[in-house]
Amino acid sequence: MESKADIPIGKWIKCPKCKEILYKEDVKEKFSICPKCNYYFRLSSRRRIDQIVDEDTFEEFNLNIESNDPLNMPEYISKIQGLRQKTGLKEAVKCGIGKIEGQEAVVCAMDSNFFMGSMGYVVGEYITYSIEMAIKKKLPIVIFTVSGGARMQEGIVSLMQMAKTSSAVAKLNEAGVLYISVLTDPTYGGVTASFATLADVVIAEPGAMIGFAGKRVIEQTINENLPEDFQSAEFLFKHGFVDKIVKRQDLKHTISDIIRLSKGAYHG
Amino acid sequence: MDKITAWDKVQIARDKDRPTALDYIENIFDEFMELHGDRDYMEDGAIVCGVASLNGINYTIIAEQKGRDTKENIKRNFGMPNPESYKKAIRFMKQSEKFKRPIITFIDTKGAYPGIGAEERGQGQAIAKAIETMSCVKVPTISYVIGEGSSGGALAVGVADSVVMLENAIYSILSPEGYASILWKDSSRKEEAADKMRLTAKDLLELDVIDKILLEPEGNAKYDINRMSEIIKEDIINTTNILMKKDVVSLLANRYKKYRNMGGNTKC
Repeated sequence: MESKADIPIGKWIKCPKCKEILYKEDVKEKFSICPKCNYYFRLSSRRRIDQIVDEDTFEEFNLNIESNDPLNMPEYISKIQGLRQKTGLKEAVKCGIGKIEGQEAVVCAMDSNFFMGSMGYVVGEYITYSIEMAIKKKLPIVIFTVSGGARMQEGIVSLMQMAKTSSAVAKLNEAGVLYISVLTDPTYGGVTASFATLADVVIAEPGAMIGFAGKRVIEQTINENLPEDFQSAEFLFKHGFVDKIVKRQDLKHTISDIIRLSKGAYHG
Repeated sequence: MDKITAWDKVQIARDKDRPTALDYIENIFDEFMELHGDRDYMEDGAIVCGVASLNGINYTIIAEQKGRDTKENIKRNFGMPNPESYKKAIRFMKQSEKFKRPIITFIDTKGAYPGIGAEERGQGQAIAKAIETMSCVKVPTISYVIGEGSSGGALAVGVADSVVMLENAIYSILSPEGYASILWKDSSRKEEAADKMRLTAKDLLELDVIDKILLEPEGNAKYDINRMSEIIKEDIINTTNILMKKDVVSLLANRYKKYRNMGGNTKC
């Protein structure tokens, strides 16, 4: 499978959009945005956290949990092991507590390099645990999504993670804790249809593809061509599902502003 | 019963002569009145909502409804809800809270409708909101998976205190055809997928995704709708009796705990 993410292969990287060969360090310095065509390279969870969280303030949660392989697929478990070696990631999300321009927050970043950011038991558990930590510590929570949806290899157990994470968001609302969701390319299926779209403030990166059903499924069902901007961040914004489209280089500051401006003073 | 394969069950669950939600509702309840509309955009017929009475107790009904003939299938969009169906369901969940009516849902869908309009009007967000709302609605909730329970479109009205499956119903992350297509790039391997996915009532009980299985009459439900209705009716009466005795705090705590543990103690 070809990965569009920022996995380094030598010192050069090819822009998937304009095909320009770019010097990797240049791209990295420019927030992993193509200097030629403005294409947003997919960020690894590690780099996302580096861009958002103040230096040396991130403390990662480590839950030491594994999928129980509910569908009994040995090839799934070996693929997990292989991906861990290849990417250095434990799973498709990295979560912890850090500071954003000095303000403490729980931060979760999904990672497209691990099963296309799909949500199985481990991802569902990390997201839910992070939400519960935000409630417990009364800290705002920021979740960066990139996901193909619920993870097929865990079947119904993955579907149930939608119920688990959404139940936790309901508790977040009762507790009056701020939740900011940042939808990045791509965010689909069971992640769109659960915690990703339940935030108080929903941000999207420019040009990100976001939807419930995949384009191919829709085309096959309705037998007609889709509008050009269909399921883009701009399309969702136009239809009222996104608060703000924010450029990657402005994300940290915007998130910090939202955290600062959300808290009310009325205690009646 | 064990001679029946998972794929056989898929076909029984999809049989056009299998009783639909309205067949059961009309048989089970002393009175039923359908009420319409999401109060925002339109009436969508794929989910039937209304009020019903049984043995002097009033209930809210939220039911995914497939058509019993071509005309009704068009009216019901073949049981595939648009966002307005989920918004209508949410409206009735909140109304149940106001009047303290327990909620009964019936699940029977190929999935949420994958269309341009559905995406424009926030299919993913509508499902997420329904899941979130149902996870914390302050009345007892019972869900019956009567036919096909496919993907987030089913789960949206299936986060309940008691989740019950009929013996030959199926419940899965998506259709076996879709699963085979995504995992093996070959939708013709649907029978193998059905077998692998653990979508039968027995599998889901083992996985702790459902709470109970109701056995079907000789053959299957379609051969004796009256008997099947009696069996469901008895379960509604008994389960309501149990759930009505719980105070709202422990009701919600138990529901949260049940979904919180999804995937964590999976038996394989």
